[in-house]
Amino acid sequence: MADRILKSISTRGLKNAVRGSQYKREALISYGILIVGYILLQLGAATGMIGHNLQGQFVPICVYASLAVSLNLVVGISGELSLGHAGFMAVGAFSGILVSRIIGFHMGAEPVILVISMLVAAFMAAIAGFIIGIPILGLRGDYLAIVTLAFGEIIRNLMNVIYFGLDDKGHLKFAFNHPIEGIENSQRVITGAIGATGTKTMANFTWGILLCLFTVFIVLNMKNSKQGRAIMSIRDNRIAGESIGLDVRKYKLMAFVVSAALAGMAGCLFGLNYSTLAPVKFNFNTSVLILVFVVLGGVGNIWGGIIAAALLTILPEAFRQFADYRMLTYAVVLILVMIGTYNPTIKSRINAMWSKINPMKNKDKKKSSKNKKTGKEAA
Amino acid sequence: MNFLTNLISGLSLGSVYAIIALGYTMVYGISKMLNFAHGDVIMIGGYMSFIMSMYVGMNAWIALLVAIIVCTVLGITIERLAYRPLRGTGSLAVLITAIGVSYFLQNIALLIWGANPKMFTSLFKGMGALKLAGGQLTITPESLFTILANIAIMIGLTLFVSKTKAGKAMRAVSEDNGAAQLMGINVNQSISLTFAIGSGLAAVAGVLMLSAYPVLMPTTGAMPGIKAFTAAVFGGIGSIPGAMIGGLILGIIEIFSRAYISTELSDAIVFACLILVLLVKPTGLLGKKISEKV
Repeated sequence: MADRILKSISTRGLKNAVRGSQYKREALISYGILIVGYILLQLGAATGMIGHNLQGQFVPICVYASLAVSLNLVVGISGELSLGHAGFMAVGAFSGILVSRIIGFHMGAEPVILVISMLVAAFMAAIAGFIIGIPILGLRGDYLAIVTLAFGEIIRNLMNVIYFGLDDKGHLKFAFNHPIEGIENSQRVITGAIGATGTKTMANFTWGILLCLFTVFIVLNMKNSKQGRAIMSIRDNRIAGESIGLDVRKYKLMAFVVSAALAGMAGCLFGLNYSTLAPVKFNFNTSVLILVFVVLGGVGNIWGGIIAAALLTILPEAFRQFADYRMLTYAVVLILVMIGTYNPTIKSRINAMWSKINPMKNKDKKKSSKNKKTGKEAA
Repeated sequence: MNFLTNLISGLSLGSVYAIIALGYTMVYGISKMLNFAHGDVIMIGGYMSFIMSMYVGMNAWIALLVAIIVCTVLGITIERLAYRPLRGTGSLAVLITAIGVSYFLQNIALLIWGANPKMFTSLFKGMGALKLAGGQLTITPESLFTILANIAIMIGLTLFVSKTKAGKAMRAVSEDNGAAQLMGINVNQSISLTFAIGSGLAAVAGVLMLSAYPVLMPTTGAMPGIKAFTAAVFGGIGSIPGAMIGGLILGIIEIFSRAYISTELSDAIVFACLILVLLVKPTGLLGKKISEKV
């Protein structure tokens, strides 16, 4: 038994440590997808190939892609199931909107407002992640999942009873569980279940891509750091990780808080993309949607999540004329994809078929031998 | 008196949660999966009962029976088609599949019955409310029968699981899948039976719930499903008495916080209580403590 664990640690750990080149590849693909996607979509929009409806989805695509990447830090790299990512998104969105209104009262430079709002949003979401993370990270598996679900619902419910207003002099007004009296509608910032109103929309596609790049940068660097390897070794074998002196709680909390902060930033950009935003937008279904991006993109695969988020946001939009059957098809496809990729028999059959079609079966081996050859030639 | 009235409606709502939670907890116990589609089986049960009594003109009780049969078959089918191919592949894949099934059921209902809410007629229409203490305390027939049904189901299920052969087989499978198979127990059959019982109970819970809260929509089952799931975790997922206790406590907390604190915050309070309980007892009130071995 101990033998097996040691083996699993050492092979996985070593692979992770030695895999420097693979990290470079992953980073290259992730940044490449983002930049190429940005250029293509911008070109499409400029030449009129992409319609207005789809252009309206550019920022949400970036937000969802960045959420998928940050959730991957918890689900893929830390190996914990989180069903409350939308909760952190909500914290970021509403605190970001509030800050943008307050700063916007005093100055007009949008990029500065946006950056400060996003930083504050990240900070608030990180605090939320810290508060919820400390008690729950001792829980295991499905219990952790249900607590994150509960957390998401609590946040959404709290947002329903929080009221913020900003009067003519720039004074902030706050009320809990009852509307603020004596101010005009245009002075309301956050109004309970109605949500944020009168937000100045500042988000655009460029900011979205910058957010994605930043998120990918943080997550990839974290994955490739000493801490990241500790987190992954705990994921692979908690007891073994503990036995070699890793502080399990500390590392799990680290992944959780960073992920929450990044989700807060994404939420802030999402919030600043709409003039009105209701808390119901951040319900359980949104958390699930982000989780679906992560799983369909491949758990732990950074660029897979980005592609899944982009496709699953664009496709339903493109098939809007089949509105009635759209979600039904989505559900069926989701079930079929899960069975197709996880069922052992079907998986091995698909792999066998793939290797028949694909002559590059031992891609990595060939590559390495090629590298050797070129190395020799160079020498 | 106000307190007693609230307590009774809390017990009644809690009984609904408890019956739904049974389905969650049994399925979790036997196949270690979070069946997020369970809430939508409730909704399908509600619609079946509604259609049968309103359009086909059946007696409400026969309509309930039809709903139970349809949900039982639905539960077995879902398990056979969606969950069985993924058995033993880790919880994430099954979870996402269950969510897919949940979307599927909701959208099927949306296509067939539309998004407009339907008003459900109570199963106990025409029965008078029970008046006690000189008319100060009224107990609606819905509350009374829901609580009684919960007690009956709980006793029946406990007897079934502890006394019958099929029940013992179910316990064996949930204890150790592989060993049960070696002892000659048909694991597939046991799991199918669990889904059948859970889904049948979901139909009962759906009709009872809709009798008290009569708005029927394709998303009707989602929130009670999540709450009942919370109840199952609260009581210790996998444990049948745990589901009952968890459900009742949750129902009472919800009604009391609605009555005395805030309607909007009642859900938040329910979920906060769950987090508090899990902090003190990480596997729920009656959950087994599983020690990890190397």
